[in-house]
Amino acid sequence: MAQVYTSPMLVDVDAAVIANTRLSEDYSVLALAAPAIAAAARPGQFVMLKTSRGMDPLLRRPFSIFEILRDAGGAPTGLTIFNKRIGTGTSLLYDIEAGTHVQCLGPLGQPFEPIDPPAQAWMVAGGVGLAPFVTLAEALLARGTQVSLFYGARRARDLHKIEIFEQLGVRVIASTEDGSRGAHGRITVPLEEQLTRTDADSALRIYACGPTPMMRAVALLAASYGRACDVSLEQVMGCGLGGCYSCVVLARDGRGIPHHTRSCIDGPVFDATRIVWDALAH
Amino acid sequence: MHDLSVSLGSLTIPNPLIAASGCFGYGVEYADAVDLSTLGGVAVKGLFLAEREGHPPPRIVETPAGMLNAIGLQGIGVHRFVSEKLPELRARRAIVFVNICGTTIDEYVELSRILSDAEGVHAIELNISCPNIKEGGITFGCSLTGTHNVVSAVRKVTTLPVIPKLTPNVTDVASFARAAEDAGADAISLVNTFLAMAIDVETRRPKLTNIVGGLSGPAIRPIAVRMVYECRQAVKLPIIGMGGIANPEDVLEFMIAGATAVQVGTANFVDPFIWSRLLDGLRDYMSRHQIQRLSDITGTLDTTARHKAWISS
Repeated sequence: MAQVYTSPMLVDVDAAVIANTRLSEDYSVLALAAPAIAAAARPGQFVMLKTSRGMDPLLRRPFSIFEILRDAGGAPTGLTIFNKRIGTGTSLLYDIEAGTHVQCLGPLGQPFEPIDPPAQAWMVAGGVGLAPFVTLAEALLARGTQVSLFYGARRARDLHKIEIFEQLGVRVIASTEDGSRGAHGRITVPLEEQLTRTDADSALRIYACGPTPMMRAVALLAASYGRACDVSLEQVMGCGLGGCYSCVVLARDGRGIPHHTRSCIDGPVFDATRIVWDALAH
Repeated sequence: MHDLSVSLGSLTIPNPLIAASGCFGYGVEYADAVDLSTLGGVAVKGLFLAEREGHPPPRIVETPAGMLNAIGLQGIGVHRFVSEKLPELRARRAIVFVNICGTTIDEYVELSRILSDAEGVHAIELNISCPNIKEGGITFGCSLTGTHNVVSAVRKVTTLPVIPKLTPNVTDVASFARAAEDAGADAISLVNTFLAMAIDVETRRPKLTNIVGGLSGPAIRPIAVRMVYECRQAVKLPIIGMGGIANPEDVLEFMIAGATAVQVGTANFVDPFIWSRLLDGLRDYMSRHQIQRLSDITGTLDTTARHKAWISS
């Protein structure tokens, strides 16, 4: 069978900014009118956004689709982006105002595979790595799968949008590095505690997205407890469609041999055991 | 009716827009998004005989109106290309320019033999200009004798159009165009990327693992246009111009400077649907200027009025 590279529904829309809600000095939720992309999107997929109208920055930036927006009848009308101000492009998006437009290409990438009950799903998010988990939680809950979110940040005020998950019926376990909310320490602390307490015979799948050291630690924990783990890797991307070979990660093939593998079309979701973590830039 | 077709020696393509090597994967990645048969051609990612892993990331960094890359010619090798990618390109009716790279002349010859026997290859682009690998390629592209030798060796073993891709990282690019012409090339393509670098001043580290990389994008366009113009003065060969093309006007600029066709690279990263926008712009220009055949504008730069323009400006 021929490999499928791009979604047959791939579109590029000049999306109107419906709203840009600043959550803090760093975070905002950007709502875009993009019904065709929203309708085709699967959990964990991403879009490429042009952050400037000009040539600086020149390239688009990849962003996980955070939420699917729907009208009263349930039809998809758009999507949101969970944006953290880090560099030039994300700062431009943080500052963007409703009524302007953003060029939005998608949906792109290999989605998460939601697990079926009776298996449980544990989602582990660090900081802006929360982004792909709303759509995953919805897909899991629609199958009747029990979902937990382990969500870590530096401090309480960096934990955003927990209410979305609580309203969906996700069990939320938070941690902060300064102990200002939830468990004190990194998110791997409560994760390991829960892994220790969970019956080894009960089925469980872990999904992780966040800073590379966090995903690496989660992958190690999952492996040592014999649990399956998928990670969503974010790399510097040039195109998002497999054209430029800039977003590669060292991932093992079916025979265990590592190759530079494009995270845009073969990822961003990978089975964690495939990843050669030592080779990944932090 | 507008005729957008152009001829590169014996090869006629339906329009002058070719996807640039290294910027379009093996073409198949884009096949569900873009009708490959509507392009003037697809120059696939540079191939060696063997598979290569390329450089460790980070492999790209953005610069004003441009980007640096040091991918390191990661690739699946010619054999896997012929068996895994070429059949789909054929089925999609793509006009395939295979970009090849070797460390010795024998490797270029071997690659050309293999590709000449494969069904669905329309031209061979000789990568003698990649700035990002130590061995091969650029060694030929930076020496007039090397350029001549590799082109004439490949010329002897294939009837496919042979198109050396020239580096801009030389003092006089026109002399390399002449060397290629003398050796029997059917066309030349230029420019490959400009050797460049970017530094993180906080850490004092290079932004690319490879330290240096190739600059592409609109930032290089004026230099590339000048180089195409210089080559046009020096040789009669068809020229495939490239360097920062992002708009229909940019295509026209290269053609007026002397290019018969063009390649689009970095701009395809920003807009994978750029092709129809470029074609629409070219048709619009032809209507406005009452041009039936687009190829008629190649090399039509008018320098006679320049003194007058200076006076009035």
